[in-house]
Amino acid sequence: MRIRDLLLLGGVALLGTAMMAGRGGRGGRGAPAAGGTISGKVTFTGTPPKMKPIDMAKEPFCAKEHAAAPVFTENVVTGPGNSLRWVAVYISAGDQGSSPATETVRLDQKNCQYIPHVLVVQPNQPLDIYNDDPHSHNIHPLAKVNPEWNKSQPAGAPPIHAKWELPEFIPVKCNVHPWMHGWHVVLTTSHYAVTGEDGAFSLQGLPPGKYTVTAWQEQFGTQSQDVTITGTETKTINLVFKATPY
Amino acid sequence: MGKLFAVVVTIITLVATAIFVAHVWWPPTDISVHGPAIDHQLRETMVSAGILFVVSQLALALFAWQYGDRKDGRPIKLFPGGATPMVVLAIVLVGAEILALTFVGSKVWASVFQSPPDPNSLVIDVQAEQFAFYFRYPGPDGSFGATHPELINEANENYFGLDPAHDVDARDDIVVPSLAIPVNRPVLLRMHAKDVNHSFYVPELRIQQDFVPGLVIPLHFTATRTGKYEIVCTQLCGLGHYNMRAYLEVMSPEQFDQWLKEKVAQQ
Repeated sequence: MRIRDLLLLGGVALLGTAMMAGRGGRGGRGAPAAGGTISGKVTFTGTPPKMKPIDMAKEPFCAKEHAAAPVFTENVVTGPGNSLRWVAVYISAGDQGSSPATETVRLDQKNCQYIPHVLVVQPNQPLDIYNDDPHSHNIHPLAKVNPEWNKSQPAGAPPIHAKWELPEFIPVKCNVHPWMHGWHVVLTTSHYAVTGEDGAFSLQGLPPGKYTVTAWQEQFGTQSQDVTITGTETKTINLVFKATPY
Repeated sequence: MGKLFAVVVTIITLVATAIFVAHVWWPPTDISVHGPAIDHQLRETMVSAGILFVVSQLALALFAWQYGDRKDGRPIKLFPGGATPMVVLAIVLVGAEILALTFVGSKVWASVFQSPPDPNSLVIDVQAEQFAFYFRYPGPDGSFGATHPELINEANENYFGLDPAHDVDARDDIVVPSLAIPVNRPVLLRMHAKDVNHSFYVPELRIQQDFVPGLVIPLHFTATRTGKYEIVCTQLCGLGHYNMRAYLEVMSPEQFDQWLKEKVAQQ
C-alpha cells in the first residue's frame, strides 16, 4: 500500500471518528462534542394506557414473522423505573445555531412496522424510505404544515427519497396496513435525542447559554425545563409526564 | 364458412354447458342457514338461463349450418315486419325472463335481507375502512360504548372512535381485525364505513352486502360449520382494495367463550 493510500485511509478514519464523537443523544445528530451536556431521563407518574397486541392476520407474512412474539401498539411504550420510550427530547429555545443536516436518515418498513417508530430529521435532510417486506406498503405522512403525500411502494421497489422543509410533528400511517403507525419529527435544532427503553437522553456540545429542553411524547404532549449551561459541565434533568389510562 | 361457424358455436355451447353442469367454478360449500335457499335459487336461475342459452345457440348453429353457405340466389326471407318487430320481440322475451327471475328470486333475497334478525342475536359492530375491516364486541358489560368519528385514531387502535376516558361502556369494548363467531348462533352485524363504499363478502356464507358511509346497515346470518373463511371487500375502494380482507372464524361455543375471555384480558 502506498503512502498516499495510507494517508487517505487515515484521513477517512479521522473524519469518521469526529462524526461519531459529534453525535448528540441517542438518535441525535452531529453537534460538536465540545461544550456542556444536558442529560437525564424521561419518566411518567400515574397509570399509562395498556398497549394492545396487534393482530396482523390480514397480512400472513407479517403475522408469521411475529407469531412467536406479538408486537404491541407503540403510542405509550414504558420501561423499567417508569421510563418512557420513543420520546423526542430537544432544545426548543436557546439553540445558538445548528448546521444543516446532510446525512441521509433511513426509515424501514419491516414486518409491517415502521422502524424506527419515532424518527427525527432536520428541515431538508434527506430521508430514504425502504420497503423490506415481500409485499406492498403505502406510506402516508399526514402532514399539515408540510405538503401531505402518500405513495405506494411495492416489494423490491427502490427507496423513496423524501425530505421535510418545515418543522412539524408528522404522524405517518400505511394505507394498506392500518396498524402501522409512526412519527416524523422535524426539528430545526441539531441537539436532539430519542429515548430508548431506559428513557435516557443526552444532548451534547451545548455552548454556554440558557436553554429550554422539551420532551415530546406522541400521546402525552410535551414537558419542558429551562437549563443554563455555563461551561463544559453536564446538567442532569428529569422530565416527567403525567400518564392516564385512557 | 357457415358450416365452420355452426361447428364452432356448437363446441362453445357444449363446453360452456359442461363446465356449469360439472360445477367446475361453483361456489364453495355453504356454511349458513339461509345458504340452501340461495343455492336453490341460483340453480333455478342457472337452469332456466342455461336452457335458453343452449336452445338459442343450437338454433343459431342449425340455421348457420343449413343456410349459411346457400348459393342458389333466392332472396333472404326477413322476419315478418322487418328488423324492428324482431328486436322488440327479443327485448320482450329477454325482459320477461329477467323479470320472472327477479320476481321469483326476490322471495329468497327478502328472506335474507329484509327479515328481522333473531332477538337473541350476537351483535357485532363492523367498521370498514381503507383497507381493512374491524369488528367490535360489547365486552363483559354487554353495552357498546358510543362512537365519535372525530376520535378515530389508528395509532392507538381506536378504529371506532371510542372515548374510554369519559365513557365507561367503551372501556371494555373488544375491537379486533378478525370476525369470531360461535357456530349455530344467529349473528347481527351493524355495518359502518369510515371513508368510502366497501363490501362484506364471504362466499361460504352466501352473503354479500355493501357498506355505505353515513349508514348503519344491519346484516344477519347464522353459520352452521366451524372453520376459518376469508372475508373480502368486493367494492373497488381505492389503491389497496386488492389487500382489503379479514378472516371469519366460526368456533364451537366453548372455543368462542374462551376466545372472548382472552380478548377481555387484553383490554
